[in-house]
Amino acid sequence: MMEEKQTKDVFILAIESSCDETAAAVVKNGREVLSNVISSQIDLHTLYGGVVPEIASRKHVEKINQVIQAALDEAGMTLDDMTAIGVTYGPGLVGALLVGVSAAKAIAYAKKLPLVGVHHIEGHVCANFIAHPDLEPPFLCLIVSGGHTHLVMMEDYGEFSIIGKTRDDAAGEAFDKVARAVGLGYPGGPKVDKEAKLGNPNAIAFPRAHVEGAPYDFSFSGLKSATLNYINHAAMMGQEINRPDLVASFQNAVVDALVSRAVAAAKEYGVDKVVMAGGVAANSALRAKLSEECEKNGLKSYYPSPILCTDNAAMIGAAAYYEYCKGVRSGWDLNAVPNLKLGER
Amino acid sequence: MKVLGIESASMVASIAMVEEGNLIAEYTVNHKKTHSQTLLPMIDEIVRMTEANLDEIDGIAISAGPGSFTGLRIGSATAKGLGLALNKPLLHIPTLDAMAWQLWGSDGLICPIMDARRGQVYGGAYDCSSEELPKAVIPADALDLNAFLAKVQQVVLDEATPWKRVVFLGDGVPVGKAVIEQSLTCPYCFAPAHVNRQRAAAVAALGEIYLEKGWTEAAEEHSPDYFRMSQAERERKEKEARTNGNA
Repeated sequence: MMEEKQTKDVFILAIESSCDETAAAVVKNGREVLSNVISSQIDLHTLYGGVVPEIASRKHVEKINQVIQAALDEAGMTLDDMTAIGVTYGPGLVGALLVGVSAAKAIAYAKKLPLVGVHHIEGHVCANFIAHPDLEPPFLCLIVSGGHTHLVMMEDYGEFSIIGKTRDDAAGEAFDKVARAVGLGYPGGPKVDKEAKLGNPNAIAFPRAHVEGAPYDFSFSGLKSATLNYINHAAMMGQEINRPDLVASFQNAVVDALVSRAVAAAKEYGVDKVVMAGGVAANSALRAKLSEECEKNGLKSYYPSPILCTDNAAMIGAAAYYEYCKGVRSGWDLNAVPNLKLGER
Repeated sequence: MKVLGIESASMVASIAMVEEGNLIAEYTVNHKKTHSQTLLPMIDEIVRMTEANLDEIDGIAISAGPGSFTGLRIGSATAKGLGLALNKPLLHIPTLDAMAWQLWGSDGLICPIMDARRGQVYGGAYDCSSEELPKAVIPADALDLNAFLAKVQQVVLDEATPWKRVVFLGDGVPVGKAVIEQSLTCPYCFAPAHVNRQRAAAVAALGEIYLEKGWTEAAEEHSPDYFRMSQAERERKEKEARTNGNA
């Protein structure tokens, strides 16, 4: 596709509603965040121990206009100042995605603005462009969230190749399940992170699974089962478990699996930058370990601030900018694609 | 006044433009393609065909439910987005009211019924003989078809009733036809093809009346009328009720 020369500043209004955060942001030239509004529903879903799609979708409809208006107001701009509208159209919960997609299409149509559909995970990767103004591809990216565990090479803006992925549970999913099993509740990631700080990460030797013939693939179901078995066994024997030690050891096994593969892949693919993205990238042990191992191996490591790790629209604005510059435009028939694959359009 | 009507509460996707009491355009598709793919291209088609400028509309009438949760949300989010971008008010039109309004002038008791699954319908009974607005005789609700039919029967068999018969319409008809035929003893009939589903023309026509009356809703305030809680919410409330009952 022909690259369009950008002589003027590009302002993107970005909308994100793929799961349980209603979010909108205004981003200038893909890197500068003028506003980043997030309306979280976490308290609502805590009642149910996880995200309830129908409740999430209803809340998105209630909040969508307020969130968009707040993003414009905080940026000190109106829709007339926007260059394009960016919106997450997958992957995610279909009912939730549809709210953002429908609103974005209507706004773009009414204001005669170009519409750019964005892959949610591509957005997470692009959060790093906001956090690190000098970061440029190529780099290796470790994407870790509640729904994804991927190792990808980002050769250029918007160009990915997947070199490894999870065969079963996503890393974040394993965190949530273990958190629930030990009574830490939802959302599991931050709660495990906090509790693990009080424990010994080497107290229990949990397995590190390797996928035969696929050195960069992950598997967390074995680790999850081993952790749940440990809990059940202790309960059966009437022994009290040391919860901080247990979650610290579990977390250590996840972190080990993620970091060792990311570092090995960066070396094999000959890049000197390792970038982390997704909700689990907010995990403090994972951040510390990635920095440490990258430094040891002469690699630079990057990750976004915790607020940019969670679902937000600023990252969607960053991703939309690079797609917009490549000439990507979505039609008025843009649909939500709940299982959209990375690199797919 | 000029009103854009949006209807996506059921399988039907429909867009209409009404101006000064006249229908300018209507585009209705009753097909399985998802509303998210059809609704905006249909609006675009109408705007182009009628050389309309969306900035000139005075309000957006939205069929607000009950209906398919997802369908309602696609229409609602579209209407809200248009309202935000154009800085125009929404007109919150009850879906069953708009369905009944298609049979304006009829001396029958108009009963739109929508398939609500689990043996239930979203149904109501309306008096559309006046020229003002549809008047609810049995207010819209989600209920068992049999329970609804019993209410209808009671109204029509009442000695003082002005209605000689019942007119059914909606996608609840094909599902419930056998039950209706078995249980109703009063006279009834089924509306013909051109007025037996949702149509945005009726939504927009009512919208213009609402607008004249000043019954507007700010786009940011709008949410659909689902008539039902989510399953998770219902189960949680039931559990709470049980716990409280035992305490």
